[in-house]
Amino acid sequence: MWKWLHPYAQPKRAYQLCTTLTPWFWTAAVMCLALGTIWGLAFAPQDYQQGDSFRIIYIHVPSAMLSMSSYVAMAMAALVGIIWQWRTAYMTMIAIAPIGATMTFIALITGAAWGKPMWGAWWVWDARLTSELILLFLYFGVIALYSAFEDKQQAGKAAGVMALVGVVNIPIIHFSVEWWNTLHQGSTITKLDKPSIATDMLWPLLINLLGFGLFIAAVTTMRLRNEIIRREIHRPWVQSLVEQKEQDHAV
Amino acid sequence: MQFDSLADFFAMGGYGFYVWLSFGVSALMMVAITVQTRMEHSKLLAQITTEKQRQVRIEKARKMKNVSHVR
Repeated sequence: MWKWLHPYAQPKRAYQLCTTLTPWFWTAAVMCLALGTIWGLAFAPQDYQQGDSFRIIYIHVPSAMLSMSSYVAMAMAALVGIIWQWRTAYMTMIAIAPIGATMTFIALITGAAWGKPMWGAWWVWDARLTSELILLFLYFGVIALYSAFEDKQQAGKAAGVMALVGVVNIPIIHFSVEWWNTLHQGSTITKLDKPSIATDMLWPLLINLLGFGLFIAAVTTMRLRNEIIRREIHRPWVQSLVEQKEQDHAV
Repeated sequence: MQFDSLADFFAMGGYGFYVWLSFGVSALMMVAITVQTRMEHSKLLAQITTEKQRQVRIEKARKMKNVSHVR
């Protein structure tokens, strides 16, 4: 059933796939982000309680949601690496980590800039905020552990185990607003019944969510390419990459 | 359009600082990671090129040595 996937475990094939996908991800990401951001900033109606400060939602919610999705994706890559010993799986894991950390950081910063006018504080040690901060440290931990080993297969294994253990934090972040009394408001979108947000406000949010997802995909494919080159630098096919570039320039 | 003028748009109903801080920092972070990724890519390719040129030089030097031996 999964046989079609196997050739892509080979670094060369994975590299070629990334090369094909990257420009498409970029085009779609830029289009979605431009549309969603302009719509959200200028055309979405004001919130009747929060005024225009609610517009921070258009980056805060997508980055926060995707910081968790990226973590799950990274942990899945780690799991594949540990079970099937795919080198490319570990490379994918470490390609996702920095962009996931960036998303977490954006979620925290925009949350602080939203919290100041609404709650009167940049930061509170509340369950949602604290667990999201731990997520940032988990990303840092994975990156640090991976770079601590000289042998990258060992590094992948160690960082992979850490990534897997850290998955425990994901449901904690998600349910923190229900399990504890927090300042942070409950979910408005990821509820089983109808989302409690006006459709005029929801559309730009969904478009930006898609845009952020595509952006993460674009950066991940680019970083995966870098990681493959770094690991396979002495292989003939990587060496010939430069020749191809030189020929392109000469013509 | 929800705003009457451009000044109104930048003011964001008094929340301008917080809204633009959020959007500014996010844009900056996203551009930064993209630029860093691209720079890493060209650095790796440059590394391959220098390594190759070094190999060529070594090869050349070896040949020269052989020639002098024959003489």
